[in-house]
Amino acid sequence: MIITKPRDWNRIRANLAEVGARSVFIMGCGQCATTSKTGGEPEVLAAKATLEADGFAVAGWAVGEVACHLGGTRLDMRKHAGLLEAADAVLVLSCGAGVQTVAESIAKPVFPGLESVFLGNVIRHGVFEERCQMCGDCVLDKTAGICPVTTCPKGLLNGPCGGMWDGKCEVLTDRECTHVKIHRRLAEQGRTRSGALAPKDYSAKLKPGSVNLRETKGSGGGPR
Amino acid sequence: MSRFRDTLVRGEFVVTGEVAPPHGTDYSAMRESVRKLAPLCHALNVTDNQGATLHLSSLAASKVVLDSGGGCEPIFQQTCRDRNRLALQSDLLAAWTLGLENVLVVTGDDPRGGDHPKCKGVFDLDSTQLIEVTASLNAGIDMNGSKLDGGTGFYIGGALFPEAEPWEIQMERALGKIEAGAEFFQTQAITDIDKFARTVEALRPTGVKIIAGVLLLKSPRVVRFINENLAGLMIPDHIADRIARAEKPLEEAIALATEQVRELAQIADGIHIMPLGADDAVGRILEGAGIPTPNA
Repeated sequence: MIITKPRDWNRIRANLAEVGARSVFIMGCGQCATTSKTGGEPEVLAAKATLEADGFAVAGWAVGEVACHLGGTRLDMRKHAGLLEAADAVLVLSCGAGVQTVAESIAKPVFPGLESVFLGNVIRHGVFEERCQMCGDCVLDKTAGICPVTTCPKGLLNGPCGGMWDGKCEVLTDRECTHVKIHRRLAEQGRTRSGALAPKDYSAKLKPGSVNLRETKGSGGGPR
Repeated sequence: MSRFRDTLVRGEFVVTGEVAPPHGTDYSAMRESVRKLAPLCHALNVTDNQGATLHLSSLAASKVVLDSGGGCEPIFQQTCRDRNRLALQSDLLAAWTLGLENVLVVTGDDPRGGDHPKCKGVFDLDSTQLIEVTASLNAGIDMNGSKLDGGTGFYIGGALFPEAEPWEIQMERALGKIEAGAEFFQTQAITDIDKFARTVEALRPTGVKIIAGVLLLKSPRVVRFINENLAGLMIPDHIADRIARAEKPLEEAIALATEQVRELAQIADGIHIMPLGADDAVGRILEGAGIPTPNA
């Protein structure tokens, strides 16, 4: 899921001030931001209190089912049309994808209330770790299911770097070096690395990504 | 052709030193270091934004060393941290065009430990991959498989870490670099001669040349700094205590380095001295260890 963290309040306030907003509608997200505890109902209500304490009026609020879902978000916007009408701006507590979907769904100024930080694995309730960068050129087959692109702070494919010491990472010194971990897991499985991994194909991750499963045969649909 | 390579290939013992390009454009201090070290060394490493801190480019500074004459060649350092594969290849072509013949390929320290901690570490290639790319440029082919209008002829080096555990992984990594095209290694500072010896023993069949690192531990403060801040190196207690207890730490450090050089000379193909600014000590260390100076 997409992990988000609260955005610096001063930046939010400055954004609202820039458009002269006095009344704000707050939109949360029922998926990732709810699990991340940054954009669910409790956080939306906390944002409401902060806004009001800072002299803003809150025209209304909602926690949409999935903020990044264009159809659903349009429905949510229609459902709250009356309250939105009274608002000068919308503050969205979701990842950047959700903010853009809301911005596409309404003609008012829309501002991010969170920072999107990474694609997170849920280790346990409330504990998230970044394990995948969605690079489009997976090496997990060669690395015992441990991604060096993401979990080595330098993203080296062939490590360890010269900073590894006693099996620990140069940068995150309390953690085992990813390359040591890969080596150990491969050995446990009776496998070894066969030669160095080739440089990554960064063209595999073309921006912006787009998939259209609805395109008809032969029209070049599918991931790119 | 690189005389540094020829000397090593002939089986002669080499001495390399290290100079740091300035933080700015005034390289008079570096030139002074070169003036002192060049007569004593076969080659001088020219560091590349060492410690992820901003310095004049290794390319320009290596050219300064080359032009300073005296028979001492620069070893142009390239880190993977600051440039993508286009820029790395472009700089390597430039280096060869300028007459630089020796290159040391390293990963590079993480930017978060340097003076521009907000910068984007590139690491488009890792050091093994960049060694392979450099070998390919030597064959007249770029990374894309296209033929170059004039290739390079670098003597290619890599970094080696005989004391970092797990040792087996270090050896696997070293063999990977050799397979990619590394012909010589320079090591992190050696503090444990036995670990160095078993590393040399393990890599001997490959024919790679191994130059052992020796660091001048000028003062207890330097030892503390290394242990607290430098990645990939730990000064053990018995050495740290020796420097800490000494009445004249610099003299003790010179004595220690001299002993290390004398021992390492029995095993290694050369030594790489890192005097940390105390350039005047290098001649004394070499003389004390009975190492002839090549360009004096």
